[in-house]
Amino acid sequence: MKKDMICVTCPRGCNITVEYEGTNVISVTGNTCPRGEKYARTEIVNPERNIHSTVKLIGGKNPVVPCKTSSPIPKGKIFDVMKEIDKVTVKAPVKIGDVFIKDVCGTGVDIVCTNNDSGK
Amino acid sequence: MINYDLVVIGGGPAGMAAALKAEECGVKKIVILERAESLGGILEQCIHTGFGLDYFGEELSGPEYADRFIQLVKKSTVDVKLNTMVLSIDDNKVVTAASSDEGLLKIQAKAIVLAMGCRERPRGALQMAGTRPSGIMTAGTAQRYVNIEGYMPGKKVVILGSGDIGLIMARRMTLEGAEVKVVCEIMPFSGGLTRNIVQCLNDYNIPLKLSTTVVATHGKERLEGVTIAKVDDKMQPIPGTEEYIDCDLLLLSVGLIPENELTKQANIPLDRVTKGAVVNEMRETEKDGIFACGNVLQVHDLVDFVTREAQLAGEGAAKYILGEGPKEKVYINTTPGHGVRYIVPQRINIKSGEDIKLYLRVGAIYKNARLVVEADGKIVSNKKHIKLAPGEMEDVLLPKDVIDGLNQDSKVSVYVEEA
Repeated sequence: MKKDMICVTCPRGCNITVEYEGTNVISVTGNTCPRGEKYARTEIVNPERNIHSTVKLIGGKNPVVPCKTSSPIPKGKIFDVMKEIDKVTVKAPVKIGDVFIKDVCGTGVDIVCTNNDSGK
Repeated sequence: MINYDLVVIGGGPAGMAAALKAEECGVKKIVILERAESLGGILEQCIHTGFGLDYFGEELSGPEYADRFIQLVKKSTVDVKLNTMVLSIDDNKVVTAASSDEGLLKIQAKAIVLAMGCRERPRGALQMAGTRPSGIMTAGTAQRYVNIEGYMPGKKVVILGSGDIGLIMARRMTLEGAEVKVVCEIMPFSGGLTRNIVQCLNDYNIPLKLSTTVVATHGKERLEGVTIAKVDDKMQPIPGTEEYIDCDLLLLSVGLIPENELTKQANIPLDRVTKGAVVNEMRETEKDGIFACGNVLQVHDLVDFVTREAQLAGEGAAKYILGEGPKEKVYINTTPGHGVRYIVPQRINIKSGEDIKLYLRVGAIYKNARLVVEADGKIVSNKKHIKLAPGEMEDVLLPKDVIDGLNQDSKVSVYVEEA
């Protein structure tokens, strides 16, 4: 099997072609750096993405505060993780790096705060 | 009257980086004037990640990227005046501003850095037929509603324009449970970064229709639907290709315009293509001691490049204030040739004695083309690019030894050599 993809590791966006059978990658072409090869292999074996959202904030300057995954999660778990994020409510003050959810959906990845809100 | 060596107008990524760089270069009295209630500018609502890959080698969200600089500003000697709107700049570099805390301010500056950013092209600029119901807004407005105010402006979404903010919002609305039906782009190519098309549209099976636009909006109180249609090569809708799409939200991501009202009022010449000031290699405008950087100068794809450009402007302003600038100034223009829409800087001092990077955008998509830099008929470089696209800013180097060989009648141009 052959698959054309565009690498999203950096803004260059290389057009990569991967030849593979099942999850066995035979060749990667079109990438201009090693990170492209790694991206292409991961895309075939177990595609991952970083995601971001907001959680409810009580007593803050704003009614919500942003958060993100501390490292990429499997693509197939994105909507499960979003559901968990939706359940969270936190109280001000909050700061960058605060952990809102530990090991979300068994991914080993945390949901962390990405802005400061010292409260009203 | 208050006195400052350097007045920086705008406290977003450009303003903060310029102020910090000027301090590092030895400027003592610096103030940032920011109209919002906090520093950070538009980064505060850009909660997606991907910022800082170039500058910090890390993948940060917008607020995290901003916070790195906000913390540095807090530790620095740079003064910050929030809730302060600059009203005018006069010929003697007196800045007039209105502050909610201090009232009307008059500040005498030795140098000024313009870092006001840009704003989205509004609906009125599109001349769209139909009624005027609620549910039509720019993608950036929706971004603020969802990410800062915490509410969803709609459930069934159509996005017009494939600029980066539109693509980012397509993903964001989808993750929050909305159904994004289609992204329409009037041009035959997207204006957004390729990586955003992949990770914001393809990942969620959101269709991108090129050469397609919204020709009518429907609904009285609330948007009920839009009519889209294919356009021909003159961007005119093709009769018979109309399609009705049921939606309650239309987001516009149809371009960014540098916010240069102050610049115009100060009689600083603007570039017709970038809609930002005409600048030299240190980002100094044609008015001595007034510099411009970031999205007010040219709309950037990446904040990392905004930071670097602002550092140049900060260094330039510092040298101007401290009298360390080049002793001799002989300017020549940089000329955009075939396929190149603009070059920043528009003019360079050939006595600057340093390498100069030229930033540019092409006007169409080119594959396996060369970007040729030519000085006085000689080719300086001709790097091959797998792909050149209007949505991605490119840069080329003009080395010091080439610049040293130029004279006041020299011609420097950059053009695309097609495969």
